[in-house]
Amino acid sequence: MALRDGLQGRVTVQGLVKRYGPVNAVDDVSLEVGSGEFLALLGPSGSGKTTILMSIAGFEYPDEGRILIGEEEVTWAPPNKRNLGMVFQRYTLFPHMSVLENIAFPLKMRGIGRAEREERARAALATVRLGQMGDRKPAQLSGGQQQRVAIARAIVYQPRVLLMDEPLSALDKNLREEMQIEIKHLQREIGITVIFVTHDQTEALTMADRVAVLDHGRLQQLGAPRDLYEAPETAFVAGFIGETNFCEGRLSRPAMPGDPILVTLEAGGQMQATAAQALPAGERVKIALRPERLRVLPAGTEGPTARVTEAIYAGNATTLMLEGQGGQLLRARIPAGAGMHEPRPGESVRLAWQQADARAFLA
Amino acid sequence: MSGRRPSAFLLGGRRYSPASSLLLAAPFLILIAIVFILPLATLLHESLFVPGPTTAHYARAFEEPVYLRVMLRTLGIAVLVTALALLLAWPLAWVMSRSKGLGLALLAAAVLLPLWTSVLVRTYAWMVLLQRNGVVNQLLQQLGLVDAPIRLLYTQGAVVLAMAHVLLPFMVLPIYSALKGIPEDYTRAAQMLGASAWSTFREVIWPLALPGVTSGCLMVFLLALGFFVTPALIGGPQQMMIATLVSQQVREMLDWPFAGALVGILLVFVLAITIVFKRAVRLDRFVGSA
Amino acid sequence: MSRPHRHNRAGRMALNAAAYAVTVFLLLPTLIIAPMSVGPERLLSFPPKGFSLRWYAEYFQDSDWIRATLFSAEAGVIAAVCATVIGTMLALALVRGRLPGKGIVELLVIGPVIVPHIALAVAMFLVFEQLRLTGSLLGFAMAHTVLALPFVVFTVLAALYRFDAELERAALSCGAGAFRTFRYVTLPLIAPGLVSAALFAFIISFDEAVVSFFISDLDRKTLPRKMFEDIDFNISPTLAAVATMLTALTIVALLLGYALKRSMERRARAAADTGP
Repeated sequence: MALRDGLQGRVTVQGLVKRYGPVNAVDDVSLEVGSGEFLALLGPSGSGKTTILMSIAGFEYPDEGRILIGEEEVTWAPPNKRNLGMVFQRYTLFPHMSVLENIAFPLKMRGIGRAEREERARAALATVRLGQMGDRKPAQLSGGQQQRVAIARAIVYQPRVLLMDEPLSALDKNLREEMQIEIKHLQREIGITVIFVTHDQTEALTMADRVAVLDHGRLQQLGAPRDLYEAPETAFVAGFIGETNFCEGRLSRPAMPGDPILVTLEAGGQMQATAAQALPAGERVKIALRPERLRVLPAGTEGPTARVTEAIYAGNATTLMLEGQGGQLLRARIPAGAGMHEPRPGESVRLAWQQADARAFLA
Repeated sequence: MSGRRPSAFLLGGRRYSPASSLLLAAPFLILIAIVFILPLATLLHESLFVPGPTTAHYARAFEEPVYLRVMLRTLGIAVLVTALALLLAWPLAWVMSRSKGLGLALLAAAVLLPLWTSVLVRTYAWMVLLQRNGVVNQLLQQLGLVDAPIRLLYTQGAVVLAMAHVLLPFMVLPIYSALKGIPEDYTRAAQMLGASAWSTFREVIWPLALPGVTSGCLMVFLLALGFFVTPALIGGPQQMMIATLVSQQVREMLDWPFAGALVGILLVFVLAITIVFKRAVRLDRFVGSA
Repeated sequence: MSRPHRHNRAGRMALNAAAYAVTVFLLLPTLIIAPMSVGPERLLSFPPKGFSLRWYAEYFQDSDWIRATLFSAEAGVIAAVCATVIGTMLALALVRGRLPGKGIVELLVIGPVIVPHIALAVAMFLVFEQLRLTGSLLGFAMAHTVLALPFVVFTVLAALYRFDAELERAALSCGAGAFRTFRYVTLPLIAPGLVSAALFAFIISFDEAVVSFFISDLDRKTLPRKMFEDIDFNISPTLAAVATMLTALTIVALLLGYALKRSMERRARAAADTGP
């Protein structure tokens, strides 16, 4: 394990472009994944996340750009020569082989002798806590067990990098959460680089060290989960990660990222916000404000007001549906037990927020 | 972009490169060239260029009444066989499409066994049944329908009946697979909406079954046109069809150019129908069900 | 219940009766030969007047029949093996490959089915005479391979479509190259399809009458050609014995094919169970 230090497990993607007809499925994406890092590729379907993963795996060849694993360029290498581990969306265990034969298969392909194969396959099976299942056929296992076998098969030959293509999407919710923790734990234990494709933002935020958010083939933002949530750099990221209120308006003066600004709202009134990116004067902008960052205060004091149209109680929080000035619809979330004002439907309230929490983007 | 395209056997990780695909197809292409294309080309060459470039052999087929009559009879018998096969196939295909389990297995076996039994065996069976003192004649006499044995063999009726029997599976299977694709809910829904049995058939079932019916009719018609064994044995010289005529020209007259012309006419006919109904020629139906 | 319902039921019964009548029509002529073949008299009759295996004995004692049978079996085995190997390679190229001129190749695949066998038979006769292939095992093997190929290709195509191609990616990601992916993953999973393709290729060759009729010679002829001659000559009762045995062989082959199809479906289901 100590040999696999430094740069061996690093994955570098440079200027990747993949076209399908006139569409750029991947549009000039560059990213670097450090050795032992857990990177999630997150985006809606058609965002290019799977194409990037398949290019790294060698199942797709890019139209432009380069892919490096460690120091070595593998852009044109066939998949079986890249020494990567891969876990597929459907578990794709070989149905005619036993669990142990499945796990030993990559070792067999590497010319490792029968005795060592068996020993290492058993060890890998133990790693995924399925020690007793070796002689069964895949069809005799549950979905979660099958996915564990698939993981064992992908790590048994100690690849530098493990690629996972929405590996948990076929599992039900409870099992999925259990497996998320288990995969994360396993990854820390063996120190392997993981690139994990998902469309589930919660999965990405809980599991990954860093998340690459993609949309229409473009890399929108690459950062730690906290940065994505707290400081999204594009309107897409703000909308895609977590829940957000959007208010549209116009800016009278240009602003640089981080500048406090005053936006004239299309629905009427003005709103204090912070520029999240460089904003030219006169352009339409979109302000993103998270529901839990919108404070709801009793009416009567100074400031923007709104009327509560609905209050939805959900145990740990209450969500308020609000209608602000000019019919602007907003949501606010009030955590339970915080002793905050909980207005009833029909009530008029006053709204407040930190200027830094309202982030303005180009619309 | 790096100019190095992978020279590996695999491209894209899943699709073989054009070169290796061609390599995989090569044995097939070579064999087809020698045993399929070359013979047909040679025979057609014979019909057009022997002794010199000429269309005389083709003209002869249409000008001499004997040959024209054979060709017209072939067409007529093929049409009759197709019609009879359709008539017989429909109820069987329909009941098959609405059966499950053992019933379906029995019906399917009844269709598949003849499909895979030698044509010669089935033709022989018909000859045994239809001969002068065969089973059918005995039965007719016992029933008192005839006094003395009648001639059944070498009649057009016998040819049509035996050919329809031999080709029936080719009609049943495509119709069956089309009918099976019609969910029973459709007919129930149609009846719920007030359609009578007849209008349900006309408005719902027939249009949905039509691709299968076309495909079946086409297969049977094409096979009937060029059929050799059954007409040769059951029809005899009296009911000669084009395949028997070709055989006669080759084996008795040794007239290769004229045989080539007859084959050419048959091929043009068959290919024209195939191209017009390109979509209906579905070989997979017979394989998938076997 | 109400009248339309009863009307429906009567219609359904009529349809069922018609269907079963057609079934009898389909099976009876072939099956009635079996009891007739064990009759002792030269004139075949139904029901048979007694029981005798005389005509079967005649078949087995006649070296002409046995020679023709063995020759057919030889040609059938060679054609089955060749058609299965060549057809599988082509099916792989069609499904997994990027074949230039794919449309033309697909047309060539159905060619031997669309072109009437009489046309092919006469054409082969003409060319085989010049190549000295008439009456040769090689000639029969080649001709029958071509005739069986369409069925093999379509059977293998069906098996490949049923096969989960993602498993091939998994094998590649495990470090297997294209050949070993085929050898260890694809081949074992489509094997029942290949065996049933080979089985039906054998049946096609073994039963093939038209091409055999033309490319046989006096010494080397196939079983169907021998039957053809005998039928034309006189309807001998030995033929009834041969026909019965051929029908029995077909039943065995069909049952085998059915078992293979079931096993393939089981495998496909097992593979599907390893998916979501």
